[in-house]
Amino acid sequence: MSVLDKHAKLERNVTLLFVWSLVAVLIGGIVEIAPLFYIKNTIEKVEGMRPYTPLELVGRNIYVREGCYLCHSQMIRPFRDEVERYGHYSLAAESMYDHPFQWGSKRTGPDLARVGGRYSDEWHVQHLIDPKSVVPESIMPTYSFLAKAPLNTKDAAAHLKANRAVGVPYTDEMIENASADLEAQANPDTDTSGLEERYQKISLRNFDGQADQLTEMDALIAYLQMLGTLVDLEAYKQNENLR
Amino acid sequence: MPKNDIDKVTGIETTGHEWDGIRELNNPLPRWWLLTFYATILFSIGYIIYYPAIPLINSSTMGISGETNRAILKQEMAASRQAQQAQLVRIAAEELQSIKADQELNRFAIAGGASAFKVYCSQCHGSGAQGGAGYPNLNDDDWLWGGDLDSIYTSIKHGIRNDEDPDTRYSEMLAFGEDEILTADERNQVVEYVLKLSGREHESAMALEGESIFSDNCTACHGDKGTGDREQGAPNLVDAISLYGQSRDIMRAQINNPRHGVMPAWGGRLDDETLKQLTLYVHSLGGGE
Repeated sequence: MSVLDKHAKLERNVTLLFVWSLVAVLIGGIVEIAPLFYIKNTIEKVEGMRPYTPLELVGRNIYVREGCYLCHSQMIRPFRDEVERYGHYSLAAESMYDHPFQWGSKRTGPDLARVGGRYSDEWHVQHLIDPKSVVPESIMPTYSFLAKAPLNTKDAAAHLKANRAVGVPYTDEMIENASADLEAQANPDTDTSGLEERYQKISLRNFDGQADQLTEMDALIAYLQMLGTLVDLEAYKQNENLR
Repeated sequence: MPKNDIDKVTGIETTGHEWDGIRELNNPLPRWWLLTFYATILFSIGYIIYYPAIPLINSSTMGISGETNRAILKQEMAASRQAQQAQLVRIAAEELQSIKADQELNRFAIAGGASAFKVYCSQCHGSGAQGGAGYPNLNDDDWLWGGDLDSIYTSIKHGIRNDEDPDTRYSEMLAFGEDEILTADERNQVVEYVLKLSGREHESAMALEGESIFSDNCTACHGDKGTGDREQGAPNLVDAISLYGQSRDIMRAQINNPRHGVMPAWGGRLDDETLKQLTLYVHSLGGGE
C-alpha cells in the first residue's frame, strides 16, 4: 500500500481528514507564531513605555474613529530616508499598549510615529482646523469640528477597563480615577499630583487653547504630542539589537 | 501504453480516480509551469540559507549573508556621515563666527541647514522661511529674541516657551483684559497711543489718554518708545512688522488675552552640527546681524 493509497483513505473519511488537517495547521502555527514569544529577536527591552493616560487614550480613540491611520502610518522603517526625516526607527515595544496598533499601511500624509513635540499645540490646532493655512500643499481634510465637540469624559474608566482586559497594565487606582485624571491633564490649574504619580513623563497643559471647555481637540493633540516620546532611545542599545 | 483508461469522448487518459462513477481526466499542468514551480522551491532553499530564516532557541538562523536591515541602515548612515566628516568635525569644533568666516565651510553649513530647515522648520515658518500669522518671518531683520548667531542658536536649541526644556526662552505678556488689569476703555486708549507711536492714523484724544496707561503698564517690557526688548522677547510695537497682524482688532485681542507662540526645543532632537548649520542658514536669509 503506497502513501498515496493511504491518502485516499484520508480523503474518504471526513473525521480523519479534519483531525489531520488540524494537526497540519497546528504545526504550521506553532512554527510560525511560537518563536515570536521567546526568541530575543522579537522581544526588545526598552525603558519608558507606560500605558496611555486617559486623555491620551481617548484622543487615540478619536484618532482611530476619524480614520487617521488611513493616511498616516505610525511605523518608521529602518531605512536611511525614513530615519533622516522622521527620527529613530520604530521599535516593537513602542506599540505594546496599542490595541489595535496604528502602524498603517499607507502614507498619504507623513508618518506620525514620532510627531510628539515637533510642533506647538497652537500649530496642531491651526493645522487640524485648516491644514492648508500652515502647509499650503496639504490635501488633508479639515477637522475643525473637533474644537467644538465636547469631550466625553464619562467613558474614560470603561476604555481603561477594556484595555486592561486585553493586557494593558492599568491598575484599579488608574481606573478609579480615570475621569478625574482625564480632566486634570488638560487643566493646569487643578491638583495633578495623583495623575503625575500614576503616569510618568506626561504633558500637563490646556492643549487646544480654549480655557473654558474640554474638547476632542484637547484629547487628540494630547495623544499626538505624546507619540514617539515615551521610549528612552539613549538607553536603547542599538548595537546589541542589529537585525 | 497508458496505465489508466482512456476517456471515450475526449480521448484523454483518466487519473484512475473514481467517485460515484465520475472519473477525472488527467490533464497535466503545462511543462513550463511545473518547471517554474520547481525553480521557486529551489530558490527558497537558497533564500533560507542566505538570509535569516529559521527560528531556533534564542534567535533565528542568521544566514550566510549576515545581513540585517538595521545593520545596513547603520552602514548607510555611517557612509553618509563619512562623506561629510571633514566639514562636520570642523562645524562641531568651531565657533559659529569662525564657521561663518570660512567661506567654503559656511557654504556647506548653509546648504546643510537649508535641507534640515525643510524637514523640521518649514511646517511653521514656511518653506521659504517667510513665516505666517503667529510664526515669525525669518527673512526680515525684525527679531523677537535677537538675530545674531548666538541668539538664533539659543532659540533653536532651547525653543520658545517650551515646557520640556528648562533653559527655554520664556516671557509672558499679562492678559490685561481677561485678568481685569485694564478696562476696555483703557485698552482701546492704549491701542490708539501705540498707533500714534507707530506714526499711523489714530484718534488723538484717546491716544493722549493712552500715554500714561502705556508708561505705567507697557514700558517695562516694550520700552519707553515701544521699540521692544529682545532680552524678554518683547516685540517692537512701532515698526511695520507684527507677529499676529496690525489691525486694531488684533491689537485689542492681543492686549485683552495675548497669544504666546511656542517653539519646540531642538536641542534634544538634533545633533549640535545640525543646530549650527540651521543657525547659519537662518542667519544667511537676509536678517542676520
